[in-house]
Amino acid sequence: MRTPPSLVSLAIDSALAHLSNISDLSFLPDHILIDLFLKTLRAGKLTEKILKLFIATGKEEVLSHIEALNIQLVLTPVLPTSKKNLRMSQIIDDNDVDIVIGALHPDLTSFLDEWRPVFSRFHLIIVKDPDLKDELTIPGGFNLHVYTKSDIDKAVGSASTASLFSGYSCRYFGYLISQKKYVVSIDDDCIPARDNNGGLIDAVAQHISNLTTPATPFFFNTLYDPFCKGADFVRGYPFSLRSGVTCALSCGLWLNLADYDAPTQALKPGQRNSRYVDAVLTVPVRTMLPVSGINIGFNREVVGPALLPALRLAKEGKFRWETVEDIWSGMCVKVVCDHLGVGVKSGLPYVWRKERGDAIESLKKEWEGVKLMEDVVPFFQSVRLSQAAVTPEDCVIEMAAAVKERLGPVHPVFARAAEAMVEWVKLWKVVRTQLSP
Amino acid sequence: MAVVPSTKVVAPLKDELDIVIPTIRNLDFLEMWRPFFEQYHLIIVQDGDPTKIIRVPDGFDYELYNRNDINRILGPKASCISFKDSACRCFGFMVSKKKYIFTIDDDCFVAKDPSGKEINALAQHIQNLLTPSTPFFFNTLYDPYREGADFVRGYPFSMREGAPTAISHGLWLNIPDYDAPTQLVKPRERNTRYVDAVLTIPKGTLFPMCGMNLGFDRELIGPAMYFGLMGDGQPIGRYDDMWAGWCAKVICDHLSLGVKTGLPYIWHSKASNPFVNLKKEYKGIYWQEEIIPFFQAVTLPKECTTVQKCYIVLSKLVKEKLGHVDPYFQKLGDAMVTWIDAWDELNPPAVPATEPVAKKDGPPPKAK
Repeated sequence: MRTPPSLVSLAIDSALAHLSNISDLSFLPDHILIDLFLKTLRAGKLTEKILKLFIATGKEEVLSHIEALNIQLVLTPVLPTSKKNLRMSQIIDDNDVDIVIGALHPDLTSFLDEWRPVFSRFHLIIVKDPDLKDELTIPGGFNLHVYTKSDIDKAVGSASTASLFSGYSCRYFGYLISQKKYVVSIDDDCIPARDNNGGLIDAVAQHISNLTTPATPFFFNTLYDPFCKGADFVRGYPFSLRSGVTCALSCGLWLNLADYDAPTQALKPGQRNSRYVDAVLTVPVRTMLPVSGINIGFNREVVGPALLPALRLAKEGKFRWETVEDIWSGMCVKVVCDHLGVGVKSGLPYVWRKERGDAIESLKKEWEGVKLMEDVVPFFQSVRLSQAAVTPEDCVIEMAAAVKERLGPVHPVFARAAEAMVEWVKLWKVVRTQLSP
Repeated sequence: MAVVPSTKVVAPLKDELDIVIPTIRNLDFLEMWRPFFEQYHLIIVQDGDPTKIIRVPDGFDYELYNRNDINRILGPKASCISFKDSACRCFGFMVSKKKYIFTIDDDCFVAKDPSGKEINALAQHIQNLLTPSTPFFFNTLYDPYREGADFVRGYPFSMREGAPTAISHGLWLNIPDYDAPTQLVKPRERNTRYVDAVLTIPKGTLFPMCGMNLGFDRELIGPAMYFGLMGDGQPIGRYDDMWAGWCAKVICDHLSLGVKTGLPYIWHSKASNPFVNLKKEYKGIYWQEEIIPFFQAVTLPKECTTVQKCYIVLSKLVKEKLGHVDPYFQKLGDAMVTWIDAWDELNPPAVPATEPVAKKDGPPPKAK
C-alpha cells in the first residue's frame, strides 16, 4: 500500500502552488527550503522573482545549489521578438541580421568577448582594414566570416579596394556583400554600456527594436517614441499620422568618449558623456543630422545602397575624429529616406566607447574635415531629388550629379566623392547580381 | 508653515519673470511650489464665476484678474479671451510687463528626478530660455549648451552660435497629456520615464505644444501666444495650447527663433474626465487633419519682420484656407486680429526698438 503523503510534503506542495504570494522565505528551516527549491525547479516555476526570494534567504545550501546548477539571473535586454514588450514590431529571425565589424585593430579578442552575450546569436561579418598589416586574432564561439584585403580585391578589384574600402570604410564592403535584411555595425573600440540600473545594454536588440517599430517623421511627438512601452502619441498628434512609416536607419549614441570632433575634444580633454538619455526619437523629415558610424543599424533591403563610402579626407586616419565619411554617408541616407518616405531614429542604444587617441595630435594632422562641413551641410539641406528617383540607387546617382555640379568646384575632395558614389552604385549592382540565386 | 528647502533656492530673473496661472478651483497647489515661486510675481487669471473669491496663499506677490476685470480692461476686445477654459491664461501674458513668462496649471506639482531630488521646474525653464537653441541642424547629443554635453562631430562651426530661444516646453510625469480617445483606451497608463534631455525642435517641424508647463520670452514671441477661442459658446475645447503652439512655431521658424522641449518635468496629478474631454475635443480631432497640413504649408512673406505682422498675415491665411472647414475659423481669424490690437494697446512700444531702422520711411514708425 502506498505511503500517504506527509504533512511536511503537503505543506511544501501547497507553498509551491502559492509561491507567487510569498514574499519571504528566510523563516523556513534549511531542509524544507532545499526541498521547496528542488520542487520549484522540477515544476518549472523558477522565475526571476522567485529566484531572488531564494537567494535572499542567504542559506548556504541553497546558494551552492544555485551555483552548481549555474543558474543565473536573466539580464533583461529589450527583446525584439517578444510581442508583449513592443507594439507593432514583427517577430524577427536571428537569421535576418548581420553584424558587420570593421576591424581596425588586429586583436579582436577583448572586443568580441565583451560583446559575446549580445553577438553570439547572430552571424558576423568581419572586414579587416586593407591597410592593416597584422593578422587578426578572433576568439572562438562565433558564427562569422572574415574578409581581408585579398577577398575584397577579388570581389571588386584592387583599385576599388584602395579608393573605397580603407580605414573605417572597410565596413561598407560588409554592407555590400551582406545578404541579410538588417545590419548592425559597431566600432571595434566600443564595448557594451550599462543602463542606469546597472544592466548590460543589448545594443543589437535595441537597434532591431528601433528598426521594426514605425518611425514618425512628419510630426514631432513630445513624449518621444510613441511605440515604446509606457508611451503613446500625445494630445494634438494627428490621427492620420499615427501609423508611422518604416524605420530604415537607427542611430545609436555613446557613453564615456562621445563622438566629438578634434577641436572640441582638444578644448575639453576631460569631458566625457555620462548622461544616459532614456529615449529614442524620430528625426523629423527634412531635418539633417550628423550620423555617427560608431553605432548604427539599418534596413539593408530598404536603404542599403545609400550607405556609402564617398567622402575621404586627404589625411584621413584611424581615429574617428580624423574622418567624416560617416557624416557624409549619413546625410545621403537621410536625404534618401526623406525622399522615399521612410524614417530615421536617433537615441538608444548606448555603447561604451573606450579611451583612445590624442585629440590635439589629430587636430594637428587633420582639421580639414571640420571646415568642409560648412559646405556639406547646406548642400544636403537643399538638395532635392526628382520624382523619377524611386530606388535608393536612383537617388544616389542623382545626388552624385548634384555633388559634382555644386560641390565639385569648391574642393577636389567633393569631386572624388561624386565619383565614388557612382562607382559604389555600379559595384552594388554587380555584386548583388553575383550574390543573388 | 511653508516648506523650507534643504538648499538655498536662488531666484534668477525674479524681477524679469511673471508666473501666469489660470484657475477656476483654488490655488492650494502653490504651497508645494512655495520655495521655488515665492520670490516671483504671480498673475492669476480667474476663470468662471467672478463672484467667487479665490484665495491666494499668504506671502505671494500677485495680481488677480477675474472676468469682470478682463471685460473692464479690454472692453469690446474682451471677446477674444475665452471663458470657461484655461485658454483665458493668455490674458495674463498680455497684461504682464515682464520679459519672461512661466505658465503652469493648478493641478501640477513638484516632481522628483530619478535621484529623488525635487525638480525646480522654473529654474530649468530659465536655463532653457537663457541658452541658445539649435534649430538649423540636429545635434544627436541633444542640447549642446547643457553641462556635460556639446556639439558632435560633423556639426558646422558656423551654426554653433544657435538661435535665441523663444519657447521652453516642459513635460509631465504621472498623468500624461493624452487626447480623449487614448485616455479611454489606456486609462491607467502613467508616464514614468524620466528622459534627461532638452532638445530643440528643428526648423520646419511642427509639434503639439502643451500649456501645462511652459516658459517663453514675451519680448521675442509674446504676441503669438494667443490661446484661441475655446470653452463656453465655442464648438471646441482643449486645443488652445495646440493652436498657440502651431502659430508660434511657424512664426519662430520664420524669424529664426528656437523652441526647446524636454526638461523640466512636473508632476501632473489630475486626470480629467475622458468623456467630457471627448466632447470638447471631438471636432478638433477631425479639424486637425486639415489644420496640420495648413500650418505645414504656410510661408510668411519676407516683409513680416515682427511677430505682430506675422500673426496678422497668419490670421488672414486662417480665414482664407481654413474657412471652408468650419465657420469657426472665420471667427478665430477675427479674434486673432482682435488679440493683436489688444496686445498692442496694452503693450505700446516705448521706443520702436523691435523694428529694423526703416530707411525709406520719413516719419517714425507707428506702434503696430
